[in-house]
Amino acid sequence: MGAADMVRLEDLHVSRTLSGRKHVLSILVENRPGVLARVSGLFSRRGFNIDTLAVGPTEDPAISRITLTLDGAVHPIDQVTKQLHKLINVLKIRDMEPDDSVAREMALFKVSAAVENRAEIVQFAEIFRAKIVDVSRRALIVEVTGSHDKIEAFESMLRPHGLLEMVRTGEVALARGGD
Amino acid sequence: MRAADALMESLKHEGVDHIFGIPGGANLPTYDALVDADLRHVQVMHEQAGGHAAEGYAHASGKVGVAFGTSGPGATNLVTAIADAMMDSVPTVFITGQVRTELIGTDGFQEADIVGVTLPIVKHSLLCTEADHIPQYIHEAFHIASTGRPGPVLVDVPTDLSKEEIEYSPPTGPVELPGYRPNLEGNSKQIRIAAKAVANARRPIVYSGGGVVNANASEELREFVTCDNFPITSTLMGLGAFPADHPQWLGMLGMHGTRTANYGMDEADLIIAIGARFDDRITGKLSEFAPNAKFIHIDIDPAEISKNVPAHIPIVGDAKRVLPKLTREYRSLQTDTARLEGWWSRIKAWQDEYPLTYEPGTEGEIKPQFMVEMMHKVTGGDAIITSDVGQHQMWAAQYYGFNKPRRWINSGGLGTMGFGLPSAIGAKVACPDEEVVCLAGDGSLIMNIQELATAVNQDVPVKIFLQNNGYMGMVRQWQELFWDERYSGVENGPSPDWVKLAEAFGAKGLRCDDSADLEEMMEATIAHDGPALLDVRTSPRENCYPMIPAGNAARDMVG
Repeated sequence: MGAADMVRLEDLHVSRTLSGRKHVLSILVENRPGVLARVSGLFSRRGFNIDTLAVGPTEDPAISRITLTLDGAVHPIDQVTKQLHKLINVLKIRDMEPDDSVAREMALFKVSAAVENRAEIVQFAEIFRAKIVDVSRRALIVEVTGSHDKIEAFESMLRPHGLLEMVRTGEVALARGGD
Repeated sequence: MRAADALMESLKHEGVDHIFGIPGGANLPTYDALVDADLRHVQVMHEQAGGHAAEGYAHASGKVGVAFGTSGPGATNLVTAIADAMMDSVPTVFITGQVRTELIGTDGFQEADIVGVTLPIVKHSLLCTEADHIPQYIHEAFHIASTGRPGPVLVDVPTDLSKEEIEYSPPTGPVELPGYRPNLEGNSKQIRIAAKAVANARRPIVYSGGGVVNANASEELREFVTCDNFPITSTLMGLGAFPADHPQWLGMLGMHGTRTANYGMDEADLIIAIGARFDDRITGKLSEFAPNAKFIHIDIDPAEISKNVPAHIPIVGDAKRVLPKLTREYRSLQTDTARLEGWWSRIKAWQDEYPLTYEPGTEGEIKPQFMVEMMHKVTGGDAIITSDVGQHQMWAAQYYGFNKPRRWINSGGLGTMGFGLPSAIGAKVACPDEEVVCLAGDGSLIMNIQELATAVNQDVPVKIFLQNNGYMGMVRQWQELFWDERYSGVENGPSPDWVKLAEAFGAKGLRCDDSADLEEMMEATIAHDGPALLDVRTSPRENCYPMIPAGNAARDMVG
């Protein structure tokens, strides 16, 4: 049978669909009304669960960037990106590999800070390179930027002191290198 | 020129001849522009039906179907048709009026956020925020609706913008959209690998779908299937792309497909899926679907590949371009047709043992399957058949034997009852020289029966063959088989009198309740010069078999 022998059915395999790790998708979209609704609507109707979502402008005013994280242990990322590509306003999608990208998140923590606790909180803040951005009689607001894990760690340090409120931006990311 | 007139010019530039719709407050400027535009407007009785008529027009002609509706309820009435066009990939453009720009968001009279409402069920949608956008968006809409995987595009036009004066000159080149570039050609290396896999398959089967019809790739499909002795089955939406009278045809597959087709999928070692999407009505229990097979999946929509069933050899491309390459690659290999002989003897054994069949009726009884066979005879097997949704739809798919594409128009994905009559009107408008017959069910037909007025008023001589069993037949069948015969909400009762109803609309009404008269009555219906409805009283409790009960595997077919 000659060349046909080179492809044997028993040698055909499918690639794994679940990666088992967290993915950061960086999505460039046209800056038009309703685009975010299209993206988030797609996720809800296909049953994909977004962990974090951040939207903002890019260097080109006609283009916005949506950065979202989702769990590749639950969702086939390949299917998610293919569905996203079907949206006409989606220009480019990049699945940010952890080794080839920089991902950061910012958080604000309002911590109850009685006089006797303040020194310790300030010390934690220094260790984590966080900043005290508001001080009042009963509370401090601390701003911290870093990787998802760093912010989780910082939160767990602050929590015993009485975490009154917190807000996190969700991760934003850029690929390393010049392209 | 006035933006509404520019809208008409842009429609004409896109090759539009016919529009289905209803005017209202917010699209008054559009309808005013229609007076001087050289376009045929088919005034329907309900926007949903206008949408289905646009779908029928698109299915029959391959052109983009266009429907108009006003804001608010006019637009929301289109929703079912839009969802239907999305599920079945029907190239359609829906143009809705919207309240004045300054009223948007104020809950103005007849305001509905139709772009928001339809977000999950459109290929794309465009809300005009400036008058200049209107013609530009129309061109974008036609480009998106008709290329790649076709689908519905909605353009929402606020009434004040339609009245503004704008500059319009027709586009000189193709529409360019940075985020939309369908991949048509297929990867040559993948196609070569696919050909080699086919050459090594001993039990291959071709599984084709509606994508082949959409791609106008019937000839290319036939070339491939007959370049060796490959057996072929097809989905409900793909019927007609390969001739049903061909010896390599196994019949439809899936829930009400033939045993041969389903057993063939079950035992195949290689499935060549072309323009099909492994819907649950095809696969049944996914974990037991085609357990011995490897999959080649050819589709223009990359998201369909490996969505439900992982593909071993994915090929993204237009069937019309990919299939000739696959055929060429396959022919270049040294293959041995004799390797398929064992497979064909297995298939022929199934065909002999399990032909599509039914118990003949008692004296005078009209069996629904017999009615479809008679319909084939009377129309020479060459009519455009539209259908509603239910048992009659499955019997038509099983027994009509479609030999050409675009002859079978039905609602496959969404399963929209009431689709048959309006889509028949659309098909007849697109193909006035073809015989167009709507095979209807009594539960479905009533849902859009008002369109009989459209057929009469607009002189669209469609024929309705009503398969009247007095039940929501498919639901009744499920209640009988799977719900302990606890019948609930499935008896249709004595109303309406269909003959009088047809006559009230100004159409011809006929009734047949004896199988001996059926042929003559059908011929009389076809011969009538105008819209006509033949009320055929069929066996009330006939079940549609064979059947894969929902959630079961192909080898567990019953009946």
